Amino acid sequence: MSPSARKSESDLGPAFRALLQGFGAVFVVALAIMLTGCVRHEPKADLVLINGTEPESLDPAICTGQPDGRVAAGLFEGLTRLDPVTAAPSPGIAERWEISPDGLRYRFFLRTNALWSTGEPITSEDVVYSWRRVIDPATAADYAGQLYYVKNGEPISTGKIKDLTQLGVRAVHPHLVEVELENPTAFFLELCAFRTLAVVPRQTIEKYGDRWLMAKPLPTSGCYTLESWRVNDKVRLRKNPKHWDAANILNEVVDLVHLESANTALNLFETGQADVIWDKTLIPMELMDVLKHRPSTHFFSYLATYFVRFNVTRPPFNDVRVRQALAMSVDKVRIATHIMQGGEKPASTLVPPGTANYAGPEGLPYDPERARQLLAEAGYPGGKGFPSFHYLFNTAKQHEQVAVELQQMWKKELGIQLELRNTEWKVYLADQSAVNFDLSRSAWVGDYNDANTFLDMFMSNNGNNRTGWKNSRYDELMRKANAMTDLKQRASLLSQAEKILVFDESPILPLFYYAGITFYDPDRIEGIHANLLDEHAIYPIRKKPKTPGVPAGRK
Amino acid sequence: MWIHITRRLLGLIPLLLVISWVSFQLVRIAPGGPFDKERKPASPEIERALLAKYHLDDPTWKQYLRFLGVLREPDGKGGTRWSEGGLIKGDLGPSFKYRNHSVNDVLAQGLPVSMTLGLLAFLFALGVGIPTGVYTALRRGEWGDYIGSFFALLAFCIPGFVVGPLLIMAFGMHYRIFPVALWDSPWHAVLPTIALGLYFAGRISRLMREGMTEVLKEGYITTARAKGLSESTVVIKHALRLAILPVVSYCGPLLADLLTGSFVVENLFRIPGIGVFLVNAALGRDYPMVVGLVLVYALMLVLLNLVVDISYSFLDRRVKPG
Repeated sequence: MSPSARKSESDLGPAFRALLQGFGAVFVVALAIMLTGCVRHEPKADLVLINGTEPESLDPAICTGQPDGRVAAGLFEGLTRLDPVTAAPSPGIAERWEISPDGLRYRFFLRTNALWSTGEPITSEDVVYSWRRVIDPATAADYAGQLYYVKNGEPISTGKIKDLTQLGVRAVHPHLVEVELENPTAFFLELCAFRTLAVVPRQTIEKYGDRWLMAKPLPTSGCYTLESWRVNDKVRLRKNPKHWDAANILNEVVDLVHLESANTALNLFETGQADVIWDKTLIPMELMDVLKHRPSTHFFSYLATYFVRFNVTRPPFNDVRVRQALAMSVDKVRIATHIMQGGEKPASTLVPPGTANYAGPEGLPYDPERARQLLAEAGYPGGKGFPSFHYLFNTAKQHEQVAVELQQMWKKELGIQLELRNTEWKVYLADQSAVNFDLSRSAWVGDYNDANTFLDMFMSNNGNNRTGWKNSRYDELMRKANAMTDLKQRASLLSQAEKILVFDESPILPLFYYAGITFYDPDRIEGIHANLLDEHAIYPIRKKPKTPGVPAGRK
Repeated sequence: MWIHITRRLLGLIPLLLVISWVSFQLVRIAPGGPFDKERKPASPEIERALLAKYHLDDPTWKQYLRFLGVLREPDGKGGTRWSEGGLIKGDLGPSFKYRNHSVNDVLAQGLPVSMTLGLLAFLFALGVGIPTGVYTALRRGEWGDYIGSFFALLAFCIPGFVVGPLLIMAFGMHYRIFPVALWDSPWHAVLPTIALGLYFAGRISRLMREGMTEVLKEGYITTARAKGLSESTVVIKHALRLAILPVVSYCGPLLADLLTGSFVVENLFRIPGIGVFLVNAALGRDYPMVVGLVLVYALMLVLLNLVVDISYSFLDRRVKPG
């Protein structure tokens, strides 16, 4: 070692001390930033719900996503609302209603104690304004279709009628709304509970435009007021003391946390920083083997189906035999139980079992032998000469697993080669809506508990058809069914239509019915009830009272 | 000096214009649009209304001029008026994805959070990196150097998405010392700061060590020592000043990077910054948000590089500004 190095060594102490002192100052600055930059003087919420990804909008007319809808439903109420236990429509702002014998006229009697959170009464004019706003093309409400059942809804939405007052909804007096429908609509009361039709504050919207939800104070018609909404963070709701049912709102302050990482959601739950995770995508599937045995994991069925769309305009998928052959060679039990693992059930129809007033037809069975015959009849014995084709899906692990499984099954059973085309979300959507694919991954979640929410999608002119498939008999059956007041006859017509869809013509290949998961500790939390719509109101949820002997439950 | 700074700041304007124009165009080339959804709007008119509302039915040059705020538009009374808002008024426009918010809203909420976290991580990186770098340089060839350098290299090699979960597992789940996510109290900042800053601490430590090793070989250090100055004076007053230059030049882009947030760390610790938006806005084709964030990032990068250049001239008298 050189003498100079020795010297430096002996003399290093003070040098280093001075350096450390300098950086001690750095840490003091850091601490100061921490204290000023990220302290929030917010009291803890009574309930913390992990709600899913950041809502794109909380405007009931605009929002489309499930996380968005859950918050919007807490803020704004419709004429009816869904019962938290059964999800059946129950009185909301309207305390009762009368339906004409032909099922075409509804008279809704509004509560006299229905108030905005700011104290003004909610009147029939507010209802009429809210509905006209939804159907007005200028509002650009994606879900305006929910009002097509109301007289003149569709022609207004498509611009054929310009006068909004032609919509079949009328304020007879401040507490009576009269609605005229196009057809008797079996599920109309349920539609009235759907968030798109909720009652929103006219003055605030007209004053603040797109940013009306940021208005202070924001008049709300639902169980909660919006205390704060920080993007990509959380929405804080506070009980609306003016609500007509305020006595049954069982929590004062609720935080809805928005995030995208399933691991983070579970970490928050495990460390007691969140009470409920109610988005299945926020439960890490890798841990499902362990989690599914926990009492906190609650599985439930809901109205949603995972299926494959064929592009029937492209050969060889323009041949029904080819579509049927592909459908009959897929072992759906394997996909539902081995790949999905979240309680999904194999599907042979589009409409999930349990849908109200409906019994679906038999779908195509799993029969590889028959599938091979069909493929041979179509001119591809043993898969010979079958052109290479692709399966479009958006990047996600589970979709990829399903795709790989399909690829192997078709290779093994039919001797045909599937190419996987994995794209990012927006590219996938653009290709799917332009019917630019051979086969495409698809899914559909029911908006209301009726077969129509699934089956009308495949009518010839429906924008969600996306297969190129058109069938006049199908359209005819659907139209007839929806004009029917007799529920039995209607169910039979819908079932005949679905038979064309999933058996005779098969432009789609159903794979499984989704299952939902809600994650909460049943010993601590009560008021969450599984239902087919996967709709859960926030107001009846609460932490269980700690004193033993106190009866749990609402009311 | 001031002339130099003014000239550089003026040069920013055309640069930002070019950047905004390019990002404005590029994001529109990507397939799919901001309003594509799994289910189509109820009628084509709704889609048209949506495009018209956000002026996406106009030619791109018109959209761009409107974005800048320099488009003459009919005012509905037969005359024309300047388009509302626009970049020249500091308004980045509405978000297409978050339709109740403007890009300015999102930035106003997220940027302070990202900047706080970024600054903390920056200070952490400097506070850990510089002392270890100096220490290992001074102890070159000794055990202290080996150990210090090993950890610097380790920090440098393990990315945040590995460090983060490990920190959470150890200090969040097992020992429950720090919260695992969210952004409510100073405690919430600790783990993400380390997860974000550790990698950079490793890099800075290595840069510092190299710089110091080089400078200690210089003749003027030998002179200083020969003059009998204490080793602390030699190291801190004479050597550190030049040895830190590589670190300083690295600090500009580093700080711009850190202040605009990190997708991985913000996602993992659910921090309401803008790092997540940088990625999600592009995936969601939220055109104004992408352009807005790119501009913010570009502005920071250019400004911080300017600061670096200026600080150079203070640290190394051989460097003249301009």
